[in-house]
Amino acid sequence: MNLETLANILADYKEMDASLITAETTFEELELDSLDTVELLMKIEDETGLTLDVSEDLRSVGDLLKALEAQGNA
Amino acid sequence: MAFSILGTGSAVPSKVVTNSELSIFLETDDEWISSRTGISERRVLTSESLTDLAAKAAERALESANIAASELDFILCPTLRGDQLFPSLSSRVSGRIGASCPALDINAACSGFVFALDVARAYFAAGQARRMLIVCAEAMSRLTDWTDRSTTVLFGDAAGAVVLGPGEGPLALRLTTSCNEEWLVSDVPSGNSPFAPYSPGTFLRMNGREVFKFAVSAIDKDVRLLCEQAGTSPEDVDYYLLHQANLRIIEAARSRLALPPERFPTNIQHYGNTSSASIPLLLDEQVRAGNMQKGQLLFLSAFGAGLSTGSCLLRWEA
Repeated sequence: MNLETLANILADYKEMDASLITAETTFEELELDSLDTVELLMKIEDETGLTLDVSEDLRSVGDLLKALEAQGNA
Repeated sequence: MAFSILGTGSAVPSKVVTNSELSIFLETDDEWISSRTGISERRVLTSESLTDLAAKAAERALESANIAASELDFILCPTLRGDQLFPSLSSRVSGRIGASCPALDINAACSGFVFALDVARAYFAAGQARRMLIVCAEAMSRLTDWTDRSTTVLFGDAAGAVVLGPGEGPLALRLTTSCNEEWLVSDVPSGNSPFAPYSPGTFLRMNGREVFKFAVSAIDKDVRLLCEQAGTSPEDVDYYLLHQANLRIIEAARSRLALPPERFPTNIQHYGNTSSASIPLLLDEQVRAGNMQKGQLLFLSAFGAGLSTGSCLLRWEA
């Protein structure tokens, strides 16, 4: 999954403009708590068919992209 | 097709503990707890016993069903742990309400109520019972670590009961259990056998993120599966009474089903997660508020340690 697709999913979840989301954007800046990130991961699972580890400590959009890359290639 | 719910009852301890009271001795605050769980306050046992609560809930259910305790053929008590390891909570309740039938405790953690409904279904289907009492009673305040802000804020104590008689329910029911000893667990103290290592036991531990994901997926799956089995659709269900573990779980499940919030009544705001007691407590509240009408479709869904899930689709017949 690339940044653009992930930003669109995030923007849809937060009802915000996707262009404001970069790899450096933190979940704290987006006001997403730990359960929001689990919900997001579940939405990504639905879209990609991947099974993701929700226990990982993810702080930014870039962290999530890396985790997706690692788990998607596993 | 085996039973119908003839009456409901519930009881909670008189002691209310608000989020602000917790913040006196835990590093937490009302905003944090409310936004992550939806919980504002919970009830906690003080001088009452769990048997007191369970017996009170049972008596209220019997009264609303207009059934005498002597008419009962069986008592089932879902509970994580009664006041004593033995005698069982169900036998203590039986003595307290004046019943003389067999009584059995069931431990399926937070899913206990739906597991008990399935056991009851089998008794009714086999013609072995015409009147059954299910009393779910949980003293979560004895199982959580009151110095752990991540778990103790979530739980509360309560009892919820139903009296069952012959009827057309359930339309569909599904239970699952899988072995997971990591995400939701509490170990009991070992004995003092000189032949085995001593362990003092542990308080409840939970991986909230994993349990959240498990729960939302399980509810979603069960709703679709059971509705299909019963030849109905999720849109036709009048009320979804989901295990009150976290408002965010209920909201996430509701959002996946794209159904309106008014079909998902909640009371977690006032009681927290009361394990197996949460669904019968919520059901009793709905019945007493006059919200249940004959013929309405109800979907009950619980999930918890095991990991276990239990879901049941039934038509309100009272």
